[in-house]
Parts: sequence; C-alpha cells; structure tokens
Amino acid sequence: MTKQRLVVVGAGMASGRVLEHLTDAAPDAFDITLFNAEPRGNYNRIMLSPVLARDQTYEEIVTHDDDWYGARDVTCRFGERVVSIDRTAKVVEGENGPVSYDKLILATGSNPFMIPMPGHDLDGVIAYRDLEDTQQMMAMGPDNRVVVIGGGLLGLEAAAGMAARGVDVTVVHIMGHLMERQLDPAAGYLLKKSLEEKGITVLLEAQSSEIVGEDGHARALMLADGTELPCDLLVMAVGIRPNVALAQEAGLAVGKGIHVDDQMLTSDADVFAVGECVEHDGALFGLVAPLYDQAKVLAQTLLGEDAAFKQRSLSTKLKVTGCDLFSAGDFAEGDGREDIVFRDPARGVYKRLVLENDRLIGAVMYGDTADSNWFFGLIRDGEDVSDMRETLIFGPAYQGGAAVDPLSAVAALPPEAEICGCNGICKSTIVEAIEDGAGDLGAVRAATKASASCGTCTGLVEQLLQVTLGDEFQMPAAQPICGCCDLTHEDVRRLIKSQELKSQEAVWQELGWKTRNGCHVCRPAVNYYLLADWPLEYKDDPQSRFVNERKHANIQKDGTFSVVPRMWGGITNPAELRAIADAAEKYDVPTVKVTGGQRIDLLGVKGADLPHIWSDLNKAGLVSGHAYSKGLRTVKTCVGTDHCRFGTQDSTGLGIKLEQVLWGSWTPHKLKLAVSGCPRNCAEATCKDIGVVCVDSGFQISIGGAAGMDVKETELLVQVPTEAEAIEVVMAVTQAYREGGKYLDRLYKWMTKVGLDWIKGAVVDDLENRRALVERFEISQSVYRKDPWAEQAKEAPRFAPLADLTLEAAE
Amino acid sequence: MNWIDIGHIDDIPLRGARVVKTPLGCIALFRTGEAEVFAASDTCPHKGGPLSEGIVHGQSVTCPLHNWVFDLNSGQVQGADEGQIATYPVQLDGERILLDGTALARRSAA
Repeated sequence: MTKQRLVVVGAGMASGRVLEHLTDAAPDAFDITLFNAEPRGNYNRIMLSPVLARDQTYEEIVTHDDDWYGARDVTCRFGERVVSIDRTAKVVEGENGPVSYDKLILATGSNPFMIPMPGHDLDGVIAYRDLEDTQQMMAMGPDNRVVVIGGGLLGLEAAAGMAARGVDVTVVHIMGHLMERQLDPAAGYLLKKSLEEKGITVLLEAQSSEIVGEDGHARALMLADGTELPCDLLVMAVGIRPNVALAQEAGLAVGKGIHVDDQMLTSDADVFAVGECVEHDGALFGLVAPLYDQAKVLAQTLLGEDAAFKQRSLSTKLKVTGCDLFSAGDFAEGDGREDIVFRDPARGVYKRLVLENDRLIGAVMYGDTADSNWFFGLIRDGEDVSDMRETLIFGPAYQGGAAVDPLSAVAALPPEAEICGCNGICKSTIVEAIEDGAGDLGAVRAATKASASCGTCTGLVEQLLQVTLGDEFQMPAAQPICGCCDLTHEDVRRLIKSQELKSQEAVWQELGWKTRNGCHVCRPAVNYYLLADWPLEYKDDPQSRFVNERKHANIQKDGTFSVVPRMWGGITNPAELRAIADAAEKYDVPTVKVTGGQRIDLLGVKGADLPHIWSDLNKAGLVSGHAYSKGLRTVKTCVGTDHCRFGTQDSTGLGIKLEQVLWGSWTPHKLKLAVSGCPRNCAEATCKDIGVVCVDSGFQISIGGAAGMDVKETELLVQVPTEAEAIEVVMAVTQAYREGGKYLDRLYKWMTKVGLDWIKGAVVDDLENRRALVERFEISQSVYRKDPWAEQAKEAPRFAPLADLTLEAAE
Repeated sequence: MNWIDIGHIDDIPLRGARVVKTPLGCIALFRTGEAEVFAASDTCPHKGGPLSEGIVHGQSVTCPLHNWVFDLNSGQVQGADEGQIATYPVQLDGERILLDGTALARRSAA
C-alpha cells in the first residue's frame, strides 16, 4: 500500500495532537510534511507564562522534539512560510519549494490583534503570542517599565510574569473590570486587588490613544485623558484573530475562521483545518480542550473512522500566577435568575452561583476553586439542584456525602491547591512528604504541619494519603458518632449549622439517621449541638439527656441521688448552712460531704424527694450547683485581698462574678474554673479548664488544664489589666469552646485540636470576634441562666410513681 | 386478662418513662412513641440500675448506670452483654394506659 501524502501547515498544539494520534494509530499510513513559520516544532504555548515567570524553561515545554519527528519520519520544514496552496494541482508552495499532498491540514492558528493606533508599528511594541515575544519580555528587569494593554487572561499573565521578575508593570484595560468575559465585577475586583498586591498598577476604563516613540522605539503610552505612561516595552494583549489568510487566498470558505464541518473538513474534500484558525458552527476556539477534541476527530476522520466534533460547554479554570479563578457557564444577571453568593473577605474568597429554573447555569469563583469541577459538572449536566440549594455553595462535601467520590475530587485538585488553611500547606507539599516516606496522618503532620492545627482538613489529608499510596494506605475509618449515622461529630455539627437544622427530627431526617430517634450515644450530642447553635429556636430535650442532667442531680450506684447547691465562689453563710442542715435531717440524707469544688454535697437523696428538697433549699436562696452537668460546675476561689496578706486582687469577688455570668450554660463537657489571688495559686487555678491567676498588674487567664483521668497544666491565653476584660475573655473562650468543641471533649481536648494559637486569634487578638462571641454567649444565657431546680420543683408529681398497685394486688 | 387503668398517656413524657409500684417490685412504663408504650422491669439485671431513668430510643432503653441496652419487645439485652428483663402486657385504650393485672398476679404466684 502506498502511503498517502499528508501536508500539515502550522506546528501548534492542535496539529501536534493530530500527528500524535495519527502516528500512534497508523505509523505507516502517511508520508507527513510539517511546515511551521516559527523556526521550531511543537511546544506547549499555554506554558509560555511559566517560562516568563521563570517557573519553567523553554526546553521543558517542548512537546515534540527532533527525535520525535525523526522517529515518525516527519519531514520538518520549520522556519519556512507557506506561500500559497494550489488546490487543483494539490500542491503546497513553501518558500523553499513545493510539496504535493493527498490530504492537507491547515493549522495556521491565530494572530494577535494589534490595535491600529498611532505608533503600533514602533519597535518595542509586541504581542504575547510566541517564544520571541516571551524572550523580549524576559529581557526586562527591575529597571524597566512595561505597559500591558489588555486586562484579559493573556495580558494579566504577561503582567504577572514580568512583575515576578521585578519589572514595573502597568496594565491598561478598557473595561470596568478585569477579565470581563470570564469574571463578574466582584471577582474582577478581587483579582485586581491581588495583582496590586504583587506591585502591578491596574488602570480600568482606560482608553489608549497613541503610542509615543523616540528614535523609532516606543517610549510611552498616551491615554485618551492625557495620562502618559512611560515604558520600555509595550505589550498588546487585546485578543486574537484566526489566521485565515492562506485559506482565503486558496479560495476556501472562510468566515471569522476557516469553515469546517463536524469532521473538521473544509469546503475542499481533501483539505482539513484544526485549531484556533477554524470556525465551527459559528464558534471560534481559544482554549485547549476543544482543540484537542478537534485533533482527535480529525485524526479519526483521516483514518477512515466515524467521528464528529461536538462543542462542549466550557469551564475556565485559570491561573493568573498565584490567583485561583474559575468561571463556567452563563453568569450574567437576568430575569428569573437567582444568585447564591458566598464571600469570605478575610481569605479573599468569592463564590457566586447563578441558578435558573432550579438548575445551575453559571459559576464564578475566586480564591477557592477546589469544588469547581463539581460545579462544572452540575452546569454541564443541567442537574436539578433544588434539593441542595441551601448548601449548594458549600460544595459537594455538604451534600450529605452521596454526591461525589471524594477521592477523585482530591485526585483532581491541582498541586497548588491549599489543603491546610491554618498552615498554608498545599497539595504538592503534602504529596511530596508522602512520597518521601510519610506514610500516615501523624507523619504527614510532623513533616508538613498539615491538619495539625484545627484539624478540619484531616479528611483531605487522609484522602491524599490514599490517593498517593493507593492500597498501601489503610484509611482509618472516619468514626461516626454511633451506629445510628455515618457522620462524625464534626460533620454533624457543621451540617446543623450550614443546613440550619433546628430540631432533632430535622437532624435525623436530613442527615440520614438509620434509627428511629437515635440512641443514648447520639441523642445527648445532637441535643447539645442544637441548643448550642440555636439557643433561641431549639428547646432543650430532657429525654435526650443522661439521667443526671434530666434529674438535675447525680445518680448514685443504689439509684439514689446527690444534691449539691451552688455556693457562689465557695462563699456561704450561716443561713444557707442552716437550710442545708435542716434539709439533710428532713430527708434522711445519710452522707453530707464537702466537695473539691468548695461546696456541700448531700448524698443518698431518694428520687421522689428531689423536688421537695429543692423547694426547701430554694426558700433559703440556694439554687442548683449543676454538679451533674456538662456545663459550668464551680468557680473555686481563694480569699484574695479580702483577708490574705499576699492577695493582689479580689479573687473571691471575681470568682463570684464569673460564676454568676457563666452558671447554667451547657458546654461540650464539664467546665471548671478557679481564680487565685496571687501566683501562690491556692485555688489551684492552673489545673482547671479555665484558670485565672491574679497578679499585681492584672489577671493571667490560662486554659486547658485538667485533673482527672489526664492531669494537665493550663497554658497562658492572655494577661489582661482589668477585671471586666478578664470576664469578657472568659466568656468568649467559653463560647468558642461551646461552638467548636466535640460533645464530651473537655476544653483541653478541644484546645489540642484547634491549637492555642487559634484560640488566641479568636478571643484575644480579634476584638470584634471576641465581642461577637460574648454576644452569642449572652443570647444563649438569656435562656439558660436560671435555676432548673425551681422549675423542676413545680413538676413534683412527675417524680412520684405513676401508680401504686401494691395495695390493689393485696386485695 | 385484667386490664388496670394506670394513667393517661401524657403522664409519661415522650421518649421517657414512669414507674409503677407492684407486688413484683417496680415496673417501668416506657413511652417510645406518641402512642406506643412498653412495660418492663425497672431493675437492670447487671447492677440494679433504675431503667426508668435511662434514655429511651427506638423501642429500647439504655440503663443509666452502665449503658446496657434492652429491647423492650423481648426484654433481651442488646450487644455484647447478656441478660434479660421481664416484660409485661400493656395496651392503650385511647389515651389511657392499661396494664394487665393477671400477669402481675401470675408472676407473683409463680
């Protein structure tokens, strides 16, 4: 079989891919001649920006080198322009001579558009298209000034690349925001801000009028408003036009580009076209994905296979050196369209989803594009999103876990994707650590710090371990709360907030509980999370509490209870003591004991007597000491300046104030405080959940102590000068623990997870956040700062047996 | 059968329990649903914990002392532990709770 003669005009990314497909599938089918006007073969043009930014070298972005062409017997005529095509004779006329073809592929690409303003033909005015342009930009350094006309992707890449080399760069853009075709104004604003932080000057709505030259070389750009921008180099990156000149002269059908059908065939049965030079069904193509689709279709067509090019909806995931951008679909505003917008100003994150008829039709993201593939899938598939509308913007992780395979999502993340926000660790750093031998979560934490702070990215890190190590990694099963559900405490907490679940029924339903109404493990946890997150909306459910918290007394091993009245700051008086003594006698309390929390415990009270003993104690002004609760227990104090010759502050007074502010509040686990009047620390404040040690200059607040199964010394949170501020900090840290702690984690365990630094950031450094925490604590306390004994005492009949059948049976 | 009216359904909190004193000792009445009541021994066979003080979930109760879980249909302990509590016939007549007196008598006779 004689080989067909195939001539290819243009060695770009599209034709390179065609040649790969052809020579792989049928190495001997074609005798190939490849023309290229640039004096080189195929390279990855979209990687010119990393070359400019010095992240890569030209050699690294070459996709096909001499050996490749040699091995496939491709005759290369690089640096030679094609002068004309004679379609009748089927001959291509190159500068150095003709070559005949059986089949011809035009892959002439596109030309940068140069605004025909005065001075556009001066030296030092370039486009950003090929290696020569790139090299001119690379010649610029810190002493140079460059003006870039065009605030689209290409112009910004050029600007960012040169700015990274220290060049003084100004971007001139005619529109009101950058990249107006891919971004909406809000994302454009963030992009501008981020470029300005890199030292780039950005001028918007700026109309260029003239390039001023000196000795035939560009010297400055004049704007219509008279501003003069001096420059050593002027880069015009305002768009590209399909390069159709050769096709037009050859008499092929040409519109904006060379007309092709679904098989990439032009109006001539032996001439094909591919890439940026074509027009298919009215559309032009600039992104690489459709070009590769075209290349595949063209190769298949040449090999006699059935193939058809279909336009796909496009997403743009862009990287303007250091800024994460994503846009897809249609994000213009319009009738019947709804926006969902998420903004995190602190992290510079902006996300906007556009919905129409319950379907996602557009998305713009800036700063955090981790879920972009998922959103793009929703747009492409036209999926009905009404069921997940509430949490849609938070991405697939918030959709109850069924939506996507998290592993593929993690595998699809780019290397620079930030995994650990606390420590700023990106995917590639973690993968490198894993490849260097960090084989489990602990090792990755030790090597990179990823997930070593707040821990919310632990799942992602584990997935990276799994993706990187494959079967070698044993995924520790995420521990669900209990057998009733598949979700961890952390997931449930997050979903209660994000999905605004305000009842236990809502939690069971929306989060897929497998049991009718939970069990003794999950119900108390869910009850706590609901009352902590929705203090006003959710009503505490006693039936979801352990008996002690339902009975407001501690059950003892014989089924009797212990009763501990509150003694504020450990201070009592004869009247209270008398009331306690009377109650002990009246209800035959077998044991009266002084507790470690500076109060008195009445042990052995019968269940049915509880409301009555409470009622008696209430009459003397005594209230519940919550000695039974996952909540504030006591504030232990020493006598401080009242009596002690060493006391530096009124520690007793502060202890009482703290107890009066905090009492009644529910927390993930019990919460014990102490205030010592001097560093001799007689109140043992440094082994409490929150301890205050008074010093001459103020109050040292330390947290995370324990003296139970674990013994821990507190760590210093902050020293504050005034009592008022000390109270505020204690309230704020309590609320932060209430909002973030896992149920049954003592404060020190929560602290281990989020890190002392994080807590400092939340309650010490960020005063606004501290105030917000205090405010939320007060809202919750408006419900819970009251005596449960007084309320329970009214329900006395409930503590008695429902019926007594002993008498009837005896009849 | 000798159904004894022992109270109104709302005398027992939903997912809660109340105790009835009988010649056999304390029997706990568990309200597992709006109109679903079980009767069983109030005493955990493990360490004598008062089951009426436990958390009621599904058709089970968890002992407040050491978290033994009992199926209220059979009285069987669930999971790794071993044991069973007595269960008693109980029914709802509208909103009234009826306990079978003969069952209590039979047990006491046995």
